[in-house]
Amino acid sequence: MNRTTQLPDRRTVRDRKGAATAAPPPPRTAPRRRPTSQQWAAWGFLAPVTLYLILFYAYPLYRNVDLSLRNYTVRSFVQGDAPFTGLENYLTVFDDPTFAPALMHTVVFTVVSLVFQYAIGLALAVFFTQHFRLSATLRALFLVPWLLPLIVSASTWSWMLNSDSGVVNAALHAVGIDAVNWLTSPSWSLTSVILANVWIGVPFNLVVLYSGLQSIPASLYEAAALDGANAWQRFWRITFPLLRPVSAITLLLGLVYTLKVFDIIWIMTKGGPADSSTTFATWSYQLGFGNLLPAFGPGAAVGNLLVVAALVFGLVYLRVQRKQYAS
Amino acid sequence: MNRSTGRRLAAAAMTVVALTASTAACSSGDGNTSAESADGGTYTVWDPYPQFDKSSAWAKLLDSCGTEAGVKIKRTAYDTSDLTNKALLAAQQDNSADVLIVDNPVVSTLAEGGVLTTTDDNKLDTSKVDPNLLAAGQTGGKTYGTPIGANTLALYYNKEVLKAAGVDIASVKDWDSLTAALAKVDKAGKKGITFSAIGTEEGSFQFLPWFWGSDAKLTELDSAEGVSALKLWSDWLKKGYAPNSVINNTQTTSWQEFASGDYAFAENGTWQLAGAEKAGFEYGVIPVPAAKGGSAAAPTGGEFVTIPVQGETGRYATSQKLVSCLTNSQNLLDTDTTLSYVAPTGEVQDKQVAADPKLKPWVDAVKAAKGRTSDDLGTKYPKISEQMWKAVQSALSGSQSPKDALTAAQDAVK
Repeated sequence: MNRTTQLPDRRTVRDRKGAATAAPPPPRTAPRRRPTSQQWAAWGFLAPVTLYLILFYAYPLYRNVDLSLRNYTVRSFVQGDAPFTGLENYLTVFDDPTFAPALMHTVVFTVVSLVFQYAIGLALAVFFTQHFRLSATLRALFLVPWLLPLIVSASTWSWMLNSDSGVVNAALHAVGIDAVNWLTSPSWSLTSVILANVWIGVPFNLVVLYSGLQSIPASLYEAAALDGANAWQRFWRITFPLLRPVSAITLLLGLVYTLKVFDIIWIMTKGGPADSSTTFATWSYQLGFGNLLPAFGPGAAVGNLLVVAALVFGLVYLRVQRKQYAS
Repeated sequence: MNRSTGRRLAAAAMTVVALTASTAACSSGDGNTSAESADGGTYTVWDPYPQFDKSSAWAKLLDSCGTEAGVKIKRTAYDTSDLTNKALLAAQQDNSADVLIVDNPVVSTLAEGGVLTTTDDNKLDTSKVDPNLLAAGQTGGKTYGTPIGANTLALYYNKEVLKAAGVDIASVKDWDSLTAALAKVDKAGKKGITFSAIGTEEGSFQFLPWFWGSDAKLTELDSAEGVSALKLWSDWLKKGYAPNSVINNTQTTSWQEFASGDYAFAENGTWQLAGAEKAGFEYGVIPVPAAKGGSAAAPTGGEFVTIPVQGETGRYATSQKLVSCLTNSQNLLDTDTTLSYVAPTGEVQDKQVAADPKLKPWVDAVKAAKGRTSDDLGTKYPKISEQMWKAVQSALSGSQSPKDALTAAQDAVK
């Protein structure tokens, strides 16, 4: 199976190596029969990482899938005899009145966060490529949101956005705008958590895109300047296209991070009020742990939906990347 | 070349299987040895009091009870919210603690999971405990532990704010007079009342005195009485008697608002007494009033001492000795004083009031209080509670009317 899947993908690699290994196949068969100590050593080196992957990735993932396919009650969780119910937990989740809003919030939260994080991050990265005094210091300061523990930044945001004693409402009041119930109004809570998440995500985009910009040769800009391209044209014709691979990986990583964002939302709004800021991540936690009576099955089902979503986008990324290399 | 990769992969997979099998063997071996060494005299105790370290009176009490029973104690403290899942996981792996101290509404969940022994099995004596407190640990006619202490909710009031607003606290007897008092405070330019209506169990805990005070029953969330209780809260928010931040307030943040000195009333628990002394203003405590006068039943908080099911039933006798030691009158008095709890037995309550007369309203409140899982609700309570806090959040944030919110909640429970 491994062989067949590898054939079409690795054609270029195989061709190159195939030419090299085509000549001496007979001598290679000799050591194959009796593994040398070198090969044993190779397996020995491979074992820890494989074991690690199985113990910490494959097994938990398998358990999560298993959890989502059984009807776990408190009793059957303890006794370990939960009956297999197929896709019933998934149907429960789809039928739940929370499903549609949670899906929409997850999409809105992810897309809006990504767009703003990327746009602001790119703008700042381009800004910082022009070396000026204190640019390094300023850049370091922009990293602060990234370095702070999430619980600190989320709590700070929730204090700032407090309806009655928050600094944001005090500022609005000072300029004569009515106070907004940032965290306690169903129409604002999602906006508030997105705002906080964008603030936290910008530094990551800034760092990755900035390092991407460093790898674009300055000679291109000089040539473009000589041809009379203005700054705007230089950005759209040189920076943006050459930054595409870096942008793709930034957006993909951002997507995975944003899909699973839990702490910020949980600390700021607990997904409320009235589910108005519930995403799949908080909903999964709410089902599994947010209640005195845990619903492990449906909670795991929601978690798996998230994993699948992230996986789909990961595959899309791989495809896009392969096409880029092919062209 | 490709063939050899395939073989290498297969070999690697086999190595891994072999290694996994051997580690599995190791870990099961570990399980055996730890069980054997525990037999030699180490008993494990899990509690939700991470604030107490090794040098605390609580840890010392555990050790002395261990010495009395002739065994060593290994204590682990967990965060309350974490303890339920830890206890369930441990039970799943047949690795439960010998003595488990858990929040009272969790007892029925653990009992449902078959994690806890009944008092018939473990021979714990619960005859001295107040029946209304013990009820939280009873389900299906069996008792699954004994309370170590209880706390409940009441209304703290700020004497200075009330005086400035011209409110006599004696006039606050029912919901109407309380709302009238809040209106006066509001007119005087101060803030009315703060509580916690957050979307977690804490929110339900705080709403229950009002819900029960209206004579509503948890089995019928959308009754006219229940709606009137939720309407009382949402009207306070609309009129500005209660701040909008209550929707996101935990009991701690709500207490911080009250401690700022601007608020006339705060609904909070026994555990804030120490903080109230430090608040820097004169305060008083009254029970939460019922809709038509008198005191509303408030929910009981506080933990139960339980004995989880063990593979080796021989351990129960010693565990029972440990629990009896922890809950004898003298130790209860000490423990409940440190925890700022009201004792679960009349005898110790009298001693507490004799030592500190300020506890009197709290002892009365605890006597009138009701367990959340009582009335044989058991594991139905968590589902009802979740829908209830959601309804409270919907109504207070204005996304649904109190009636619609509670009707939706009742439908979701079914």
